[in-house]
Amino acid sequence: MAVAAALPEKRSRSWWAQNQQTLTPWLFLAPGMAMFALYVIWPIFASFRLSFYDYDGLGKEVWLGLDNYRELWSDPAFVTSLKNNVIWLVMYMLAVPAGLGIAIFLNQTVRGIRIYKSLFFFPFVISQVVVGLMFAWFYAPNFGLLYKLIEMVTGKGIAVLADPNLATYGIIVAGLWPQIAYCMILYLTGLNNVAPDQVEAARLDGAKGLRMLWYVILPQLRPATFIAVVVTVIGALRSFDLVSIMTNGGPFGSTRVLSYYMYEKALSEYGFRMGYGAAIAVVLFAIMMIFISGFITKMIRDERGVR
Amino acid sequence: MLPTKRSAGLALTIALLAGTSAIAQQRVLNYYADFDAAPLAAMEALIADFEAANPDVDVVLQNFDHEGYKTAIRNFLTTDAPDLANWYAGNRMAPFVEAGQFMDVSDVWADNDLGTSLASAAASMTMDGKQWGVPYTYYQWGIYYNKSAYEQVGATVPTTWDEFVANCELFKAADIDCLTTGTSALWPGAGIFDYLNLRTNGYDYHMALTSGETPWTDDGVRATFAEWAKVQPYITENHAAIDWQDAAALMAQGKAANYVMGNFAVAVFKEGGMTNDTLGFMAFPTINPDVVRAEEAPTDTIHIPAGATNVDDAKTFLAYMASADAQTKLNAALGQLPINAGSTVASDDPFISAGFELLSTTPGGIAQFFDRDANAEMAKLGMEGFQEFMVIPGNLDAILDRLETARQRIYK
Repeated sequence: MAVAAALPEKRSRSWWAQNQQTLTPWLFLAPGMAMFALYVIWPIFASFRLSFYDYDGLGKEVWLGLDNYRELWSDPAFVTSLKNNVIWLVMYMLAVPAGLGIAIFLNQTVRGIRIYKSLFFFPFVISQVVVGLMFAWFYAPNFGLLYKLIEMVTGKGIAVLADPNLATYGIIVAGLWPQIAYCMILYLTGLNNVAPDQVEAARLDGAKGLRMLWYVILPQLRPATFIAVVVTVIGALRSFDLVSIMTNGGPFGSTRVLSYYMYEKALSEYGFRMGYGAAIAVVLFAIMMIFISGFITKMIRDERGVR
Repeated sequence: MLPTKRSAGLALTIALLAGTSAIAQQRVLNYYADFDAAPLAAMEALIADFEAANPDVDVVLQNFDHEGYKTAIRNFLTTDAPDLANWYAGNRMAPFVEAGQFMDVSDVWADNDLGTSLASAAASMTMDGKQWGVPYTYYQWGIYYNKSAYEQVGATVPTTWDEFVANCELFKAADIDCLTTGTSALWPGAGIFDYLNLRTNGYDYHMALTSGETPWTDDGVRATFAEWAKVQPYITENHAAIDWQDAAALMAQGKAANYVMGNFAVAVFKEGGMTNDTLGFMAFPTINPDVVRAEEAPTDTIHIPAGATNVDDAKTFLAYMASADAQTKLNAALGQLPINAGSTVASDDPFISAGFELLSTTPGGIAQFFDRDANAEMAKLGMEGFQEFMVIPGNLDAILDRLETARQRIYK
């Protein structure tokens, strides 16, 4: 009797026992997924929806269809922003080889090397706002260090941030400073894992210099390179703080990037075209998706390859 | 964003502890504002006076960061409206009036005869024949100049634009920037445009342009830019990367002679070492003698949000802020000009006196400033255009075409 009563109880316990393995991860994931859905997924779709409307944050939402997107293509400021984003992407890639170079240079055992490594890593630790301010002063007309230097050499200073053709590059250089440090640290950890026996073997076979770097070291650094490229691409596309700190998008809008233009149109003092801002955000999202889905595909492929 | 009046928190605590105490019967008047430190102290003193006169009202002033306020107001008007809120006159308040977020306060104006005492700002507070707030301060714009620089090159203070431009040759020979500005934040350039346009085409034309009725490709606009082109070569180079304060430093150091600015810049000039003896102020010179003189004086205002809960006391407060006495006190602390014609200004400050004289005798009308008269989005595009013109004057046609396209879209 006692045994018979225990049976259904045992069966119900066994249902949990049977499904425990599959359910537990989901239970643990649930809070995170709920947050992710609320704060990431839902806003993405809300932005898509808003990009079809004319909305100033106060009045009524008016359906526009694709008008916001049509306007984007004839908007010179948008084209400038898009062009600047491309310049950012291309120029920012310099951080990867530069970081590799410094990492190789610092990957030696001399007295106090840790101090040098820390000093090279320092720019990545300080806030982007501070980096922006420092470079803005560095470039500043009349009293900036660079301005004074150029004035001393050529007799006439160049105010980088006042020149519509130079300003974007000036900001990118400021952005590269911490980004190079980031790539450097990625490569430094990568270099620690380079197999010494392979290097030795290559050396016995007579490889050295660039050939050694290209055929022996770099293939072993592939994971580090992959991460460095990913963070650099994302860093270039999300560039906002430096533009905002150093030029506010000026002179006359020539240093705008998409993220800054979106902020200007949707949220800044003279903006509040939420729909138009959302349309810019959608375009930026689409560009990012190209890269991100590329990265994710590669990651999945690598993982499958390992298994 | 903390309530700046300690008594507010205290009153609330006491009210919660002893719901029937006398203090708990005070009616709370919530006031959101964006004052800097000195004006804030002055406003708190005024509020203390107001509370002394109205012991049953407790004004809770919540002060915001000046720039943050411009964004915050859009949120709190719709979600958590105070009883009073700071804002600006002219087109700057239009979006809130049109969206029904500000309350019509015409009765305050009518009951206190503000149409007479605040006459100089009445037009910029009126939309659809109703008044939407009360102005409490404004300040003049004009040309501030370095008297030493004028002496150094032997120039006389100009009254006409031709004289001004002729002086620029003298300054150039002495390696001094005739006209300085710092357009890194864009708006200082708009001051130059406003005055050139007001002097070339007059107040009515300027208003028609900023309210989107006149095309930017109009001949009048081109005439204004033609005058601008005359001084363009003498404007401080690299102004696009200079903050307005840094340009003020250039003038204080004697590297620049003239600066089209608002009166708030006097403090910066004086920090740079200028005194009443070396700093001069003049009205913007005459360009077209047939055009009636108009001036630029941005006005700061207080409004009652549509969602206010304590409307009666808010209206009492507005009437109080409009009074000659309150405006005299507040503006003495602000270093700005009262709007009430019965107010007085400090006679020992030559710039305040000059500004009061200048504005109270203006026959042509008072503009608010480009970014308050024009629609916000148009203002941004316009100011970028002005900056571009000062850097690359050859782009004028492209700039005007761009602005005209924007005007047709924005004001459709």
